[in-house]
Amino acid sequence: MSALLSLRNVWVEYGDKIVLERVDLDIEAGSFVSIIGPSGAGKSSLLRIILGQEVPTSGTILLDDIPLTPECGPDRGVVFQRYSVFPHLSALGNVVFGLECEQAPFTARLFGAKRRGAIAQATEMLKAVGLGDSLNLYPAQMSGGMQQRLAIAQALIKRPRILLLDEPFGALDPGIRADMHALITQLWRDYSLTIIMVTHDIREAFALGTRVLTLDKRRRDPHAPHRFGATAVYDLPLTKKFKAEAEAEESITLDRVGNN
Amino acid sequence: MRWVNRHVRPGNRILLGAIPILLLVLLYLVMAAGRHAANPSDKILPLPGAMAEGMAALLFVPDQLSGQLIFWADTVASLQRLGLGLGISTLSALFVGLLLGVLPPVRATFGPLVTGIAVIPPIALLPVLFIAFGLGEMAKVALIVIGIAPFMVRDVAAYVADLPREQMIKAQTLGASSWQLMLRVALPQAMPRLIQALRLSLGPAWVFLISAEAIASDIGLGYRIFLVRRYLSMDIILPYVGWIALLAILMDMALTWSSRKAFPWAHGATH
Repeated sequence: MSALLSLRNVWVEYGDKIVLERVDLDIEAGSFVSIIGPSGAGKSSLLRIILGQEVPTSGTILLDDIPLTPECGPDRGVVFQRYSVFPHLSALGNVVFGLECEQAPFTARLFGAKRRGAIAQATEMLKAVGLGDSLNLYPAQMSGGMQQRLAIAQALIKRPRILLLDEPFGALDPGIRADMHALITQLWRDYSLTIIMVTHDIREAFALGTRVLTLDKRRRDPHAPHRFGATAVYDLPLTKKFKAEAEAEESITLDRVGNN
Repeated sequence: MRWVNRHVRPGNRILLGAIPILLLVLLYLVMAAGRHAANPSDKILPLPGAMAEGMAALLFVPDQLSGQLIFWADTVASLQRLGLGLGISTLSALFVGLLLGVLPPVRATFGPLVTGIAVIPPIALLPVLFIAFGLGEMAKVALIVIGIAPFMVRDVAAYVADLPREQMIKAQTLGASSWQLMLRVALPQAMPRLIQALRLSLGPAWVFLISAEAIASDIGLGYRIFLVRRYLSMDIILPYVGWIALLAILMDMALTWSSRKAFPWAHGATH
C-alpha cells in the first residue's frame, strides 16, 4: 500500500450524535487535499482525529501503515485559523521553540553552538515564508497574514509528514489571501509536503488542492437528524490542475506579445 | 464634544488628580482649626504641628525600653511579615496554579481542596493559627498566606487553563512534553497574570497583617495604631495610616513597572 495516511471505517460520535460515519480514505504522499462541506459536517472533527487531538469512536488511522497514537506529535504539523503562535515569543523564538523541545528535553532551551545552529535554521525558514525582516517582532506587532506565515514556518521547521491546515486563511482579507495561496503552493512544491486543508472557500479548495473531498451526510432522518453522520460524498482528483496552470502561463505570454 | 471623548493631557492629569486630594486636606485643616479654636487641647483632629511633634518622638528618639527608633522598627517588622507572606503566596500560586492549570488529573484531584480553602474566611482561622503556631511571627505570616494564596492560586490556574487550546495543541505538534509545555508555554504567559493577582492581593494582605498585629504582637505598624488608640493619639494614627497608604502605592507601582519591563509583549504594542 502506497498511502501515507489511511483511515479505515472511522466513526466519530459525541454522545448519541454521530458526526462522521464510515470514513475510508487513503492519502498519498505529496498530495494537497482540500476538505470542504457545509458547517457542522465534521470537517474540523476529521482534522482533529488526524491530528490526534481527538480519538475516533471506532476505526483505525494508519500513518505509514502504523496505527496513530491518540496524541498530537511532531509528525503532524498544524496551522489553525488563529492562536497558533505564542504571543510571548518573538518570531524567531516561535520557530526555534520546535528545535529546542527536541534537543533539550529538560531545559527546553539551547546554548552555544547548538543555539546558533537552531537560530540559523529558523532564520532560513522565516526567510522562506517571507518574514526575513521581522525576526524580532512579537506576534502582537504583526498583521494577521504575517502571523499565519509565522505559524506555517513554525510547523515546517519540524519537517512534519503531514501539514494540517484548519481554515488557515479564513480570517485574512482577499489580497493577503492571494499572497498566502501563492506562498503555500510554493512551500508545498519546495518542501514536497503532504497537506490536508479544511476550508469554507470552495474556490480556494479547487485552486490549491490536487484533490478535493466534500464531506456531507449521505442519508438524512428528518426526525433524528443527529443519528446520521457525514462522510466523503465527493472525492475529486484534480489531475488537470497543472496542465491548466501551464496554459494560464502561456496565455499571459501571448497576451504580452499581443500588447507589444 | 462628548465627555467620553475628552481626553486629558498628562500635565493636566496630575493637576486634576491633585485637586480632590488637596480639597480633602483643606477640609480637614478647616475642621481641625475650628475644633482647636473651641478647645485648644482637642485630640480628635490634631493640627499638622501636633502630628509632626508626635511623630518626631517616634522617628528620631530611641525608645527608652528597647532602644529602637519605634517608627522604623514598626515599619521593618511589618514589611518583613508582609514580604514573607506575599513571597510565599506568590511562589505557591505560581507552582500550584501552573500544575492545576496545565495538568487535568492534578486539577481534578486538588481543585476542590483549593476552592474549599479559598471560601473559608481567613480571619475565622486566626485562632487556629494562634493555637497552632503560637503568637510569634509564624502565625501572622500564615494568616497572610492563607488569606491571599488561595485566591492567587485559583486566578493563575484559571488563567492558564483558559490559554487557547490551539496553543497547547500547537506546542505538542512541535514536540513539547508536558514539562516543556509548562516551562515554555504556560509559565511565561502566567507571569504577567501572577503579578496582576499579586497587585490585587496587596489590599487584602495589608488587612490581614494589620488584623494579626492588632490582636497579638509587640511591634508593627498595626500594633502601634491599635496601641495608641487607647490614648486617643490621632496625631500618631493619622500619619501611620498615611505611611501605610504610601507604602501600598509604592508596592503597586513597582509591580506595574516590573511587569511592563519584564513582559512587554503582555502590555499591548508598547515594546
